[in-house]
Amino acid sequence: MSFKDLELNMGPQHPSTHGVLRLKVKVDNEVIHSIEPVVGYLHRGMEKLWESLTYPQIMPLTDRLDYIAAVANNFGYALAVEKLAGIEVPKRAQYIRVILAELMRISSHLAWIGFQANDIGAVSVLLYGFEDREDFLDIFEAYAGGRLTINAMRIGGVPFDLDAALIARIRAALAGLPHRIREIETLLNENRIWKHRTQGVGFLSAAEAVDYGLTGPCLRAAGIPWDMRKDIPYSSYEDFEFDVPTTDRSDVYGRYLVRMQEIRQSARIVTQALDRLPEGEHIAKVPRVLKIPAGEVFHTTEAPKGELGFYIKSNGTDKPERMKMKSPSFINLQSLPLMCRGGIFSDIVGILGSLDIVLGEIDK
Amino acid sequence: MSSPLASPHRGTESSERSPFLLTKLDRFITWAQKNSFWPLGSGLACCAIEMIATAAARYDIARFGMELFRASPRQADLFIVAGTVTNKMAPIVKRLYEQMPDPKWVMAMGNCAICGGPFPTYSVLQGVDKVIPVDVYVAGCPPTPEGLLHGLITLQEKVAKTHPTQVMFKRHDRRTD
Amino acid sequence: MTDGPTDRPALDEALAALTARAGDAVLGTAFAKGELTVRLRPDAVIAAVAFLKAERGFTALNDMIGLDNGPAPAEGRKRFTVLYQLYNREARLRIRLAADVAEGEPLASIVGVHKAADWAEREIFDMFGVVFEGHPDLRRVYLDPEFEGHPLRKDFPLRGKA
Repeated sequence: MSFKDLELNMGPQHPSTHGVLRLKVKVDNEVIHSIEPVVGYLHRGMEKLWESLTYPQIMPLTDRLDYIAAVANNFGYALAVEKLAGIEVPKRAQYIRVILAELMRISSHLAWIGFQANDIGAVSVLLYGFEDREDFLDIFEAYAGGRLTINAMRIGGVPFDLDAALIARIRAALAGLPHRIREIETLLNENRIWKHRTQGVGFLSAAEAVDYGLTGPCLRAAGIPWDMRKDIPYSSYEDFEFDVPTTDRSDVYGRYLVRMQEIRQSARIVTQALDRLPEGEHIAKVPRVLKIPAGEVFHTTEAPKGELGFYIKSNGTDKPERMKMKSPSFINLQSLPLMCRGGIFSDIVGILGSLDIVLGEIDK
Repeated sequence: MSSPLASPHRGTESSERSPFLLTKLDRFITWAQKNSFWPLGSGLACCAIEMIATAAARYDIARFGMELFRASPRQADLFIVAGTVTNKMAPIVKRLYEQMPDPKWVMAMGNCAICGGPFPTYSVLQGVDKVIPVDVYVAGCPPTPEGLLHGLITLQEKVAKTHPTQVMFKRHDRRTD
Repeated sequence: MTDGPTDRPALDEALAALTARAGDAVLGTAFAKGELTVRLRPDAVIAAVAFLKAERGFTALNDMIGLDNGPAPAEGRKRFTVLYQLYNREARLRIRLAADVAEGEPLASIVGVHKAADWAEREIFDMFGVVFEGHPDLRRVYLDPEFEGHPLRKDFPLRGKA
């Protein structure tokens, strides 16, 4: 039997495909000829469902899109609705939103490094990442009652104010963070096996990255400093000082470095926001039945996975006429075949992990 | 008898007149089974993340003997359906269940697996028990790790009441049931 | 809560350049909530997208969005609308192109201009049934190939058929 042009199927049941993703891989011995992602195994019909729900009712469902960083979806959705309805969010609420979103970014990246390292074989880092993440999940549980799908924002602001006890918990969690990041970096950064499996693997040039619509840490690892928080700031991000980490490596190792730096930058933002938290309301006055006059809006934010967008078209009623989510993972996944070209079969899990996709977001 | 999908060990919970030695053997076998479930590592959606958190350091599913998530259904005996089952995924879930050798158990984790959850849409299967038989339902969206562990303990209690020797020592052909 | 101020003069400049190039293919423009929408004749879309990418710096395709205007659209409206969200990162400008197509009327695929349109067009085909001519591999992206119907159409029931 010849091993040339063997078609193999990875998934949808597979420990490393980050969900129900199917990859049809054609290999010649170990070398990849082509790879085709097949999605839709988690297509839940969210966009159709949204057309029959009121604007506040949609908020908890957005949690289930990118379920590892649920608050990022709430944030993007709330901003789009507020832009469409012309609702001004109080300054204090904007700062609290930034705090919640950046804490979510930290916990999303900690989960990511756990999964990425586990796929490559460093199983302990999975346990480290998830343990470090638990502190932040505790904060979310204390704030809004949920660990994973949190529903932490409302149209017009946030549901609860931050009290002194919760602020103290956030500061304590952030105080322990640098040591934990250093622990993971000590295990991985100069580790020969890690470097061998991630450096030079999954390369994508900057021009290709832009052409394929790549956004988020993968694009920044290609050297392009696109970050919606800096480009078109929203929710008072312009008040904070933070860097946008980039590398010029554009391989799996570069994406790893970018995300670890982003954790540090997020901690920086949260500290600044806590130090300068203004007085005021935590939510604007929004009518109980929110009817939005006819119009359309497209708004994007910088979610942990990339540029997250919401397009909403209203028709004067309390339900959207059409609502579409621009999913960063959906677009990022298209460049997987390009990143895998010329590679070998065992590179696929590393490259797929470095894309940081979430099937809930891809399939909606 | 029950549907062709159901494993033979189902329905053995109530047994009249089992010989003394066999009940002791039953107790030993179920003690071993319930303390060493090997879950199939099959996470479909958000609930999978909580399942992984349950296996991680804080909630430590290893204290129940269940840390060995198997990638292959041939080596697993507990199918935790964690997440939404879509119509596209349903035949695959069914095939995975059929590939698992007996005895096997199924836990429907999360509202989507129980009844379709918050998604009454054209593409979502309204409950995984429409394609495979379920032993324990763990509600939540997602259930917290404590909830999942409670479900696992409930499953352990259920398994403790079964009588595997009835299946092992059956004299007549199972297919005629 | 609104974004930072939209650079209206820069947008107007881009619009003027587009109108000069596209001529009577521009069926209308609208500016609302800080966003510019340009309605084009369907056959002029690919040229407009290529022009904006090559000469006006709109190198990023953020998203393509399909809309169903209803099975019996009002007089003069066509059934489907396809929106193209383009982004000029250097100037931080967004522009939305809109093309209306009737049922069965195809649109030219812009995959040759923006690779990011590949799956986006497949998604619109899957959910609405709009055909993109010239797409290298136009088939459903979410649903099974045997699935009948296009779910995001307004006349498709939420719970599905049968």
